[in-house]
Amino acid sequence: MSTTVRISDDALAIACGADAVAAAFVAAGCQVERVSSWGMHWLEPLADIDGHGFGPLSPEDVAAVLAGTSPLAIGRIDAHPFIARQQRLTFARAGRTRPTSLDDYAATGGWVGLHRARELGPEATIAEVTQSGLRGRGGAGFPAGIKWTTVARATGSRKYIVCNADEGDSATFADRMVMEGDPFLLIEGMAIAAHAVGASHGYVYIRSEYPHAIAKMRAAVDLSAAIIAPFRMEVRVGAGSYVCGEETSLLNSLEGKRGEVRAKPPLPAIEGLFGKPTVVNNVLTLAAVPWILAHGGSHYAAVGFGRSRGTMPIQIAGNVRHGGLFEAGFGITLGELVMEIGGGSGSGRPVRAVQVGGPLGAYHTPDDFHLPFDYESFAAADGLIGHAGISVFDDTADMSAQARFAMQFCAVESCGKCTPCRIGSTRGVEVIDRIRARSGRAADRVEALPQMHNARKAPRSLADDIALLEDLCETMKFGSLCAMGGFTPYPVLSALRNFPQDFGLPGPVQEAAE
Amino acid sequence: MSGTATKVPPAELDAEIARILAVHADREGAMLPILHDIQAAFGHVPETAIPAIAHALNLSRAEVHGVISFYHDFHVEHDPLPVIRLCRAESCQARGVEALAAAFAGETRVRIEPIYCLGLCTVGPNAMIGDAVHARLDTSRFAALVERTVVEQAA
Repeated sequence: MSTTVRISDDALAIACGADAVAAAFVAAGCQVERVSSWGMHWLEPLADIDGHGFGPLSPEDVAAVLAGTSPLAIGRIDAHPFIARQQRLTFARAGRTRPTSLDDYAATGGWVGLHRARELGPEATIAEVTQSGLRGRGGAGFPAGIKWTTVARATGSRKYIVCNADEGDSATFADRMVMEGDPFLLIEGMAIAAHAVGASHGYVYIRSEYPHAIAKMRAAVDLSAAIIAPFRMEVRVGAGSYVCGEETSLLNSLEGKRGEVRAKPPLPAIEGLFGKPTVVNNVLTLAAVPWILAHGGSHYAAVGFGRSRGTMPIQIAGNVRHGGLFEAGFGITLGELVMEIGGGSGSGRPVRAVQVGGPLGAYHTPDDFHLPFDYESFAAADGLIGHAGISVFDDTADMSAQARFAMQFCAVESCGKCTPCRIGSTRGVEVIDRIRARSGRAADRVEALPQMHNARKAPRSLADDIALLEDLCETMKFGSLCAMGGFTPYPVLSALRNFPQDFGLPGPVQEAAE
Repeated sequence: MSGTATKVPPAELDAEIARILAVHADREGAMLPILHDIQAAFGHVPETAIPAIAHALNLSRAEVHGVISFYHDFHVEHDPLPVIRLCRAESCQARGVEALAAAFAGETRVRIEPIYCLGLCTVGPNAMIGDAVHARLDTSRFAALVERTVVEQAA
């Protein structure tokens, strides 16, 4: 009997050369099964033979693996410290099943949650989700049960479930891993939501940068159509716009319009897609639902920290030694995630900054490593957990350059609807450029005109520019229509406050222990 | 119109656009699926397609143009150069993509476009050519990718 080798067909494994490794195993007479990824990305391509792992492999390593002499053996995969330390509820199947195999899905507890929801009926289904304490995993942390209740009570000729799979934040890939590794899980979650609120039609809006996820989700939707009927689902593809991850611009994009943000109210729960009551939830929110229904909301709520209940699939990325997907109950500290689990920087240099929550998240210093990972603790520290992506930077990072990038990114991706974001981001780039050049600025020709009574005539110093940047951030934070302009100040101001020396200011004063 | 290297005769172009419009006739919010299909068929969304799309969706030409110009994925001009999309987002920055991009700033045979995140943030710098993804890029691996892309374009 030939050896069965399991290798991921996730986009990340493929980008690291998994197809060539799989072909080498086939050429050596093995049977290869393409499964989902375990999420230990530094070991990809990872081969799994009878539960024992080998990685990262290249085709030349295959002979030694089969001969039992490979130095790349890591022992039992499920006993690896990175995996053993996790509490995988959403990612329970990661590395274990073939993504688009209905048999594998059903054999590992698939559809149990949907069947239970159908037995319970809509109201009791929502009650389970409410009891679980599940909050929106896209970043805002809004309680899913309350959103579903609002949609269930709203009146409309039809209702929609929209899954936000426009995962544009750098350092996030958990949505991609669900869609590429366990697509039926997301479908089941959406079917449960549809059953709970009385929705007939569902859309998964996937960003165009994820062609593998699009293909897997489309295949899975076709395969499971009869199981989720009468609910019908469709995959829709974005077109390269970051701001379409904001729920109202996503709805506009789905309707075929420019992805401009809508003012709220009306809430999408009342007037959403095509003006109908709509549940808009992130992939991870919906993917948590089947477990909650199958095991009970109270069991999910038993895990977690403070008001953040359940588990969070945390993504440790950037310049980190052991990057990957780490699902754990809320409350684990940032330092444990970066230093113990992530193993510090990948370059071996000291960790200088850690950005949590994507391009709109704050840059933290190692002084913040005591922070427990939950919504409220990070908000109290002028940060956010967002979609739980962590990007690690070593001591070569220039934080004023990162602050500039945050403003530049906002300028490129702003939808243009509101002024603080559209204009403020461009002005922000200009101010930061002056700060970086330490140039200050003299009054320009227009400002110097005698009729410009209120314009400042005196030159602006570095300190003036810093004050101007802080003022601009204040305006963007409180004046923008959505999180794009409203949260861009987080990376900018956190870089300025935590790394003042990069902006030509005196270094931080060591605070006395309290 | 310049640079229409697709060399599709106008009649065939119109027929293909009509076919795509018919496929999506009964869909709600059909604009993006239509634009994706046209872009996939011709490599860009020809200006001549805009009146047909507007008519099919009961919109003004200005509204269709507004949608096309909003999204980074859609282009009204055909690009004769092959495109390599290099991720320039924070995690790839932390892994050295800016130095890599600077090293290839003078490359004229391919267009190296920025893209913000491919979701491979643990193994960057990353790039995408068509739908194919490439990770753990350094100068030599990226140079090999560029060469391969140039050769494939010439073939």
